[in-house]
Amino acid sequence: MSARPITEEDLHGYIDRVLDPAREAEVSAYLVAHPDVATRINGYAQQRTDLRAALAPIADEPLPPELDLARMIARQRRPRQTSWGAFAAAAAVLLCLGGVGGWSLHGVGQSTREGVAAVAQEAADNYAVYAPDPSRPVELRATDRAELVSWATERLGRPVTIPDLAASGYRFMGGRIVTTGHGPAAMFMYDDDRGTRLLMLTRPMAATDRDAPMTAHAQAGINGYAWADNGLGYSLVGPAAPDRLHPLADEVRRQLSRAI
Amino acid sequence: MKDMLHQIEPLIPTLRRYARTLLRDRSAADDLVQDCLERAVGNWSQRKDGNARAWIFTILHNLAMTRLRSSSTRPHHIAIEDAQDDTFAQAPAQEDGMRYRELLGALDRLPEEQKTVLLLATVEGFSYAETAAVLAIPLGTVMSRLSRARERLLKEMDEGRSNAPGAHLRRVK
Repeated sequence: MSARPITEEDLHGYIDRVLDPAREAEVSAYLVAHPDVATRINGYAQQRTDLRAALAPIADEPLPPELDLARMIARQRRPRQTSWGAFAAAAAVLLCLGGVGGWSLHGVGQSTREGVAAVAQEAADNYAVYAPDPSRPVELRATDRAELVSWATERLGRPVTIPDLAASGYRFMGGRIVTTGHGPAAMFMYDDDRGTRLLMLTRPMAATDRDAPMTAHAQAGINGYAWADNGLGYSLVGPAAPDRLHPLADEVRRQLSRAI
Repeated sequence: MKDMLHQIEPLIPTLRRYARTLLRDRSAADDLVQDCLERAVGNWSQRKDGNARAWIFTILHNLAMTRLRSSSTRPHHIAIEDAQDDTFAQAPAQEDGMRYRELLGALDRLPEEQKTVLLLATVEGFSYAETAAVLAIPLGTVMSRLSRARERLLKEMDEGRSNAPGAHLRRVK
């Protein structure tokens, strides 16, 4: 009988035991007749056995509590179980914004709250659209930084600086121009080595809102800090906890004030 | 979601193994698996029917690659020989332990693209077609990478054996 020629793929399939019995028998016979090939294939087979044995203990370790899938499912379901839940969350955001607004009014005595609160909202909205995007979260990547800066500068009519958060563990990914109810804004995205993304949005402010103190915001699990300096409004948002996000916002503000 | 728990929970130990072997850092790997599981919970309902195991390994693999490529925040390289006691906690027989150690060291020196194919196809037991799907590469590429990975690993192990200063002593025992 004339058997089909044995291929390299057959040999690997033989090692990984994925051949049908007839083909396996043919490969087996081939190896008997070709001891040099058999030596190599035996080596590979031993390597496979050893690799599996060497790495098996990892899969035998008890799972740490943070990898409790049942708990993760319970936690992620809770906020969106009913429309009532969504309503309550929206109400909480309104309350929160109201509280923050009251505080900044109290502190500054001038009505800047609509200004940066709007920037915070725009940042959170854009976060919801672009941060989960798996294929194109940004239009211009970090490698096109110069092009992004000149694009943003041109559209915003102001010199724009991209803050560097690498020292805080967030890598600059890139950005794009986005639309807001107040004209174009520049959006910059960052991520850390766990894939957590942060978004910074900046756009020119109305004449009455040129400067505003930093205030905290939250919207549907996205925390943010917003402020305005010299006529540009800024908001840094992300899923990080407020106590993690706040120093990052301070750092951004510090870098930008130095750049001006 | 009950369905998800049944299908995904038994895979968590193998997700940890794949992540830890790629990142060579226990806590970073577990963070990655946690991130992966959270994404999986969020996207379970949008998942196309089919192979849940390949699906979740795809998520994990992509997260691992993102992490490994974010070079500015890349953790300092831990030589596998040094990291091993903690990273690959194990207490096999003395002789085997020595061989495994060398093997994992050689595995670590493989190019990432070969290492991932080798791990999925041999350690995790994916078919070649599933491996191709997880890595989003053609089947032919899986075969050529697998072939190169095995050849290179075998060569390194052979060289290691003949160069090791204690090789003769060990054999005499």
